[in-house]
Amino acid sequence: MNEEQIRLVILDILDKIAPDEDLSDLDDSQPFRDQMELDSMDFLDIVMELRKRYRVQIPEEDYPNLVTMDSTVTYLHPLLKDVESPA
Amino acid sequence: MQYDTIIIGAGLSGLAAGIRLAYYDQKVCLLERHTTIGGLNSFYRLRHRDYDVGLHAVTNYAEKGDRSKPLNKLLRQLRLSWDDFALCPQIESSVVFPDCTLRMTNDFELLRSQVAECFPDQADGFNRLVQSIDEFNPFADTEGYLSAREHIRKFLTDPLLENMLFCPILFYSSATPNDLDLRQFVIIFRSILQEGFSRPQEGIRRILRVLVKKFRGEGGELKLRTGVNRILEKNGTAYGVELDNGEVLEGKRILSSAGLVETQRLCEKPFVEEKAATGDISFVESISTLDCSPADLGHHGTVVFFSNQTDFCYERPSTPVDLRSGIICSPNNYQFEEPLEDNKINITALADHQYWLNIDDEEQYQQAKQEHATAMIENAIGIVPDFQNHIIDQDIFTPRTIKKFTGHLNGAVYGSPTKQLSGTTPLDNLYLCGTDQGFLGIIGAMLSGISMANAHCLK
Repeated sequence: MNEEQIRLVILDILDKIAPDEDLSDLDDSQPFRDQMELDSMDFLDIVMELRKRYRVQIPEEDYPNLVTMDSTVTYLHPLLKDVESPA
Repeated sequence: MQYDTIIIGAGLSGLAAGIRLAYYDQKVCLLERHTTIGGLNSFYRLRHRDYDVGLHAVTNYAEKGDRSKPLNKLLRQLRLSWDDFALCPQIESSVVFPDCTLRMTNDFELLRSQVAECFPDQADGFNRLVQSIDEFNPFADTEGYLSAREHIRKFLTDPLLENMLFCPILFYSSATPNDLDLRQFVIIFRSILQEGFSRPQEGIRRILRVLVKKFRGEGGELKLRTGVNRILEKNGTAYGVELDNGEVLEGKRILSSAGLVETQRLCEKPFVEEKAATGDISFVESISTLDCSPADLGHHGTVVFFSNQTDFCYERPSTPVDLRSGIICSPNNYQFEEPLEDNKINITALADHQYWLNIDDEEQYQQAKQEHATAMIENAIGIVPDFQNHIIDQDIFTPRTIKKFTGHLNGAVYGSPTKQLSGTTPLDNLYLCGTDQGFLGIIGAMLSGISMANAHCLK
């Protein structure tokens, strides 16, 4: 997957965690939490969803990399570059 | 065959936990002794009519999109959409005491203004009380019992107002007499007074159907008519269950919603003092089907909590039913788009579980049910218009009914007075969820299942 494909995967995960949210105006450089009020239960779900879908294990010390869309994509790219895009 | 998690009890907490675990690809088995799902909030059909068992109201009402509210958090965790439960808000509820009535809707400001009108000298204290509740974190990791009554008395000096606030909160949540833990008081104050009531048009069936479909859709396995006889353990670690039919199922973890003492009884060694940990609060409820809607008779209230005396008593009564107080609930009085097929008024009163559990003779039991249900209805007339001549069918449940279908000892609706907030037990890999973990009500039960699944089974 390239970076844009990873971004779409994250958007899809966010849509699944928060089906009633409008994600069309998400700012990729701003923390998800400021824009969606994700609590710790939701945040854990981003990690769990990635594990469910791509078997990526994200250690707890790496969670700060998942704060914004930009930082998440940057962090995940090396882990997912050899994975085929779902779309 | 080994499961990742075996869940005991397909009530709301077990179903919600099951969805979380199955969604994250665990092999989950949900075991239910009864012939259907729902536990304390189930349903049945009798003489061609549909009944809900426990449901008066779904608490914790929140509008679609109000993201921080427990209802919406729960929906997110279960990957459900707000529309799935099809909740319709209440019309109006009230707390009725001698010479004083407080009305409430899902707009908390009505209650605030009612308090100011009926108790002008308490208005300021009430506002400070609400502020203290808004600022309180009931989920903080604090030990020991905190009396809610003591907290309230820091703000309110009028015992009538104190009792009128405690009445709905105790009735809808408390496993302990007359007072409850402050953390629970705060949770329930928010869920019923600040957030409010709603109900799906189809009642509890709608919610249960959505949950079971989701659970199965994620690959979860549900076994009805499958009771657990024993939890299997080795060296202090639970590793499976033995079913009533002798079959053994192995699981890496066991999550039990059976109740604290009820779960202990499945284990080899006791871990709590049984008498003290068994609940005492139970109810009798009469469900009357009418030939016209309650609104046609002039009754528009969704839930009416009443007490015939200013000194509200919430405890196991010394009489079969306690006629000093009660709850009148009409499932018709919600803002539904279409009127319900049946017209019903439910009247609920505290009951002495031992009286009901000790009647051996079936005929005598039927007679007692009828006699006390009639007394409860007569007692409520005046607070509701007289509907006795409109009754076309009636059903009554007692502590005995609750014990029979849910396994709760003493028919204790709110379970044990001792809650295990952590959900842990002395056995490794055996955890509790549901009523005795500490979150109550329909939404609370589901949140309990979710949070215990997250904390203990998804690691």
